[in-house]
Amino acid sequence: MDKQRPLSPHLQIYKPQITSVLSIFHRFTGMALAGGMVALVWWLVCLETWKTMPECYTHFQTFFSGIIGRLFLVGVSFSFFYHLSNGIRHLVWDMGYGYDIATVEKTGWMVIFFTLIITALFWVSLLF
Amino acid sequence: MEQTSRSLASSLSKAKGLGASHTGAHHWWGQRLTAVALIPLGLWFAYSVAGLSSLPVDEIYAWIQHPLNTTFLLLLLVTGLHHGQLGLQVILEDYIHTKGLRLVLILLVKFAAITLGVLGAVCLLDIAIH
Repeated sequence: MDKQRPLSPHLQIYKPQITSVLSIFHRFTGMALAGGMVALVWWLVCLETWKTMPECYTHFQTFFSGIIGRLFLVGVSFSFFYHLSNGIRHLVWDMGYGYDIATVEKTGWMVIFFTLIITALFWVSLLF
Repeated sequence: MEQTSRSLASSLSKAKGLGASHTGAHHWWGQRLTAVALIPLGLWFAYSVAGLSSLPVDEIYAWIQHPLNTTFLLLLLVTGLHHGQLGLQVILEDYIHTKGLRLVLILLVKFAAITLGVLGAVCLLDIAIH
């Protein structure tokens, strides 16, 4: 590889900013949601085999009521609300709006607050 | 047309504006189109799954068997997996620098998405018609 070419700043020495952190989070949450899609298919498979092989659904329920399963579901729901709101932010950029730094930072904070509040409300409505 | 630059690109290729790869716009459009579709589908599913989580299996069956729920679940499955594999492809293209490995991983992601989609659709439709 040509070492003379300009390199983008290394993440390790680059000061984290709301713009870069939210961008990285968009990818992480996207990957988590891919895991969520696997869980959706797992759910459908276990429902389908419920009459012939009920242990599949039993395992599914045991896993998702356990601590690891619960953490997974909290992570996927958080990822969903984050990816949803930040995705809308991206679609607005695609239409050509909201590019000045002040707006980018403002909408970034809006995404963070929306995600935390909706994820909390979602779990409150689930558990209570 | 008068040539003002020293570029070897033809006027047609400049007008198309696709650059050296000749393609790519469909990937970008597919990602945006599925993103827009997933806004209502995802919100609908988040709302539904919150209500379903405490129900016994036969009531979940009855819910899935409603034609609108079957339809939206199928749309969510296909759109979500398509959007997901497009996104994972971009991540792999950005971070896997070994050409062969990158190709293998992208193909694995695409095959996995198609397999999960078919499996999920078969199970969903089987539940729906029973």
